[in-house]
Amino acid sequence: MIPLHWFLLVAAGLFSLGVYGVLARRNAVAILMSIELMLNAVNLNLVAFWRYMAPETLSGQAFAVFVFAVAAAEAAVGLALIISIYRNRETVVAEDINMLKW
Amino acid sequence: MTITPVTIAFAVLAIFTLGGGLGVVSSRNMVHAALYLVLALFGVAGLYVLLEAPFLAAIQVLVYMGAIAVLITITIMVTRRIMGITESVNRQWPLAAGIAALVAVTLGFVVLGLFNGLLPVADVPPDNIEQLGAAFVSHQAYLLPFEVASVLLLAAMIGAIVVARD
Repeated sequence: MIPLHWFLLVAAGLFSLGVYGVLARRNAVAILMSIELMLNAVNLNLVAFWRYMAPETLSGQAFAVFVFAVAAAEAAVGLALIISIYRNRETVVAEDINMLKW
Repeated sequence: MTITPVTIAFAVLAIFTLGGGLGVVSSRNMVHAALYLVLALFGVAGLYVLLEAPFLAAIQVLVYMGAIAVLITITIMVTRRIMGITESVNRQWPLAAGIAALVAVTLGFVVLGLFNGLLPVADVPPDNIEQLGAAFVSHQAYLLPFEVASVLLLAAMIGAIVVARD
């Protein structure tokens, strides 16, 4: 079996890519996709720790399932907001969406 | 580490995951970024299989690759008129790359310092998925979070319809 740290390193790499995407991308859809990458990295960590540390319990998988549900809700509402902003402002570039800024 | 089919599968899936993630954050073309996202999600689903969580792998394929990826692709298609022109990253991208590298190095040190070479303490019980299903509807376990998640999904569905309708 593969040692735990390999899974954790993959998850850490995926999370860091997500952090870079959220901070650097201009397109709001790309920012949402980077958030999905970070959520996936966290889920991978949860499942890896469950498998290696406490496989006889259920909490690791149960929490991962709740993260799935929250991620689905977040994606649906986030994309709806982006479509609504695009209708009103003709843009999905994050720095051009400044109606609440002064 | 000896090379076995499992290690080869892990290496391939890790490359899919990290390569897909890199594609998501670096593609100029948003449709390519969405396809790279599907690749990364597929890699994570495979890693769930290697971690002996086949139920989560199935949810990953159905919910993430089936629903969320399609939703993202459709959003890109309806908002794509200006996509080809703009720069894909903003002016602070070197700072963002520095912060991401710092996060990666910190996490790497923590992982290698605390969890280096750990192997599973036990096997997964064969009736694990049955137990998980029972725990979700048992009031001693996850019944309340399960119902709250249902309400959250309903609220998200109604909210998405209200917000996206002109």
